[in-house]
Amino acid sequence: MDFLSLVQLLDTTVRLATPLLLACLAGLYSERAGIFDIGLEGKMLAAAFFSAAFAYTTGSVWLGLLAGVGVSLLLSGIHGLASITFRGNQLISGLAITMLASGMTVLIAQDWFKQGGRTPQLEGAARFEPITLPFAEALKDVPILGPVYQELISGHPILVYIAFALVPLTWWVLYRTRFGLRLRAVGENPASVDTAGVSVVGLRFAAVMICGVLCGLAGAYLATALQAGFVKDMTAGRGYIALAALIFAKWRPWYALWATLLFGLFQALELRPDLIETVIGIKVQGQLLGALPYILTVVILAGFVGKAIPPRAGGEPYVKER
Amino acid sequence: MEKMPHWADIVLIPLISLVLSALLSALVILAIGENPWTAFKLMVDGALMRSSGWGYTLYYATNFIFTGLAVSVAFHARMFNIGGEGQAMLGGLGVALACLYIPWPHWSLAILGASAGAAIFGAFWALIPAYLQAKRGSHVVITTIMFNFIAAALLNYVLVSLLRPRGSMDPASAKFPEATHLPTFRDMFSTADNILFRGAPANVSFFIALAACVLVWFLIWRTKLGYEIRAFGHSESGAKYAGISPVRITVISMLISGALAGMMAINTTMGESERLVLNFTEGAGFIGIAVALMGRSHPFGVFLAAILFGFLYQGGAELALWTDIPRELIVVIQALVILFTGALDNMVRMPLEKMFLALRKGDA
Repeated sequence: MDFLSLVQLLDTTVRLATPLLLACLAGLYSERAGIFDIGLEGKMLAAAFFSAAFAYTTGSVWLGLLAGVGVSLLLSGIHGLASITFRGNQLISGLAITMLASGMTVLIAQDWFKQGGRTPQLEGAARFEPITLPFAEALKDVPILGPVYQELISGHPILVYIAFALVPLTWWVLYRTRFGLRLRAVGENPASVDTAGVSVVGLRFAAVMICGVLCGLAGAYLATALQAGFVKDMTAGRGYIALAALIFAKWRPWYALWATLLFGLFQALELRPDLIETVIGIKVQGQLLGALPYILTVVILAGFVGKAIPPRAGGEPYVKER
Repeated sequence: MEKMPHWADIVLIPLISLVLSALLSALVILAIGENPWTAFKLMVDGALMRSSGWGYTLYYATNFIFTGLAVSVAFHARMFNIGGEGQAMLGGLGVALACLYIPWPHWSLAILGASAGAAIFGAFWALIPAYLQAKRGSHVVITTIMFNFIAAALLNYVLVSLLRPRGSMDPASAKFPEATHLPTFRDMFSTADNILFRGAPANVSFFIALAACVLVWFLIWRTKLGYEIRAFGHSESGAKYAGISPVRITVISMLISGALAGMMAINTTMGESERLVLNFTEGAGFIGIAVALMGRSHPFGVFLAAILFGFLYQGGAELALWTDIPRELIVVIQALVILFTGALDNMVRMPLEKMFLALRKGDA
């Protein structure tokens, strides 16, 4: 494999890892606060549809993004209502939200655009265009670094840079701010947070809403940047891969970046099976690459390679003592 | 003291949840410019007013009985088996191997063999998540989700690379031999001058599903193992104190659950398509969750809820045929049922409990 195709492979990796990273960080906020969320997939899907639909109708991708985040927040609100206010089963709620999104998006898309559950192709200002970083063209001919800068680092839509910037930001929020300390505490031992006079319900709702915003970004990226429009079930299990990455990362932001990049690489390799064959000389089944994130996660969960310990109060509704 | 009578818990709450879901769905239908009442009448006409409609309704219901029972058994041990989909896929593989590679003399023997194959393969797919939950404490929900995806990839690989007949482009196995074809309702109930269930896929596996309901009821409420499963589900520490092994109960109830989910495949793979195809589960594993929640994890409740969802499925297909309402409406209804009966249970329950308490005070 020559240098250029390696750079291109990594470039595809970055593009495919971005929605995983956004969704993974979304899950991280929610689960660190003790709210399991298996509805990441549904929120991404709903956001993907609404961002594409609004971007197409208004012609502005930013209005689309706003609509995507809005609907994702709405679904987050339902999840919060079910799992925090009414102390219901968080897993069942997440599943219901995913199903709701998968049915409603097609239903609304069919009614709105009459194209068999998809939106029309997005063009021009209705899409996030790649951004060329300064000097990318000028430095193109510098050996090694030139192509890396021009192909890999420059030339992505703005949401990619936002996603990567969110990693240090999330680390800072979680480990260096009072809000982050409380957020982590509410996922480990909500009673102690309550005793300190801080609202458990408020903190958990805040976490669930942050999760909604990030899922909205992930969905909008899928429909308006990675692809040009919405198609039925276009998230294709990415929400669950993000969930797998979250476990793989042991609920920590920097590890989340590496995990999603690894899973993004698997997805990129699935698109280029010829590359693996030339490098290691064996034909690897595409299905195996597709299933690798899940298999690796099960191995991690089994505790053979380090142990993944979830936040202690995860999945448990908090009932105040009377 | 119970906050409300038992009948309210098992009848009233599911009914209210169902009415809420129906109302919201009616609003959705209104919003896309169709008349909910006409839509409902179309569904009833298509699913219940003709014998062929019943043939489809009962065919879908057969799938949902199996997956609903699967989820219910796990619920009794306080586990959430979200992996019915993957276990059913493996069950299909078990059915296909049994039908393709064993020369059965008659369908009655073949269905026993295929059921065993489906159950063993389905149970096997539940074994690893069960073991990891019991021994390693990794959450069974997460592992079964992962196993759904691994199963889909595995089935894809097996169909494309191993079982696909030479020269065929379809990712599907070869047709099963004639002797394994199951009698359909049409074969069983039609007379020479009165043909019933024309063209409908309902077949003899419906009765196996009914038998499974009775067996699960007997297991849960009439055997020592069932008692242990329920005790474990009510209180793990209490069960431990009574000498019940958590590892044993976790693994056994997941194995039963996986086997039931796998057996769904005799209906779809052996009874309908008569070969193994991709995506034959069509989300039935997830509908099992709605069915189990709606049926309050009781086999009779599961049976009724499965018929209801069978009706919704067949009715939904009719709607998609005659109106502009896509089939996905059923997914929405299903999601609402899961939301109200599962996650927002307390929203329905709390006001009801208050009402019953007030009534009781009035009596005293």
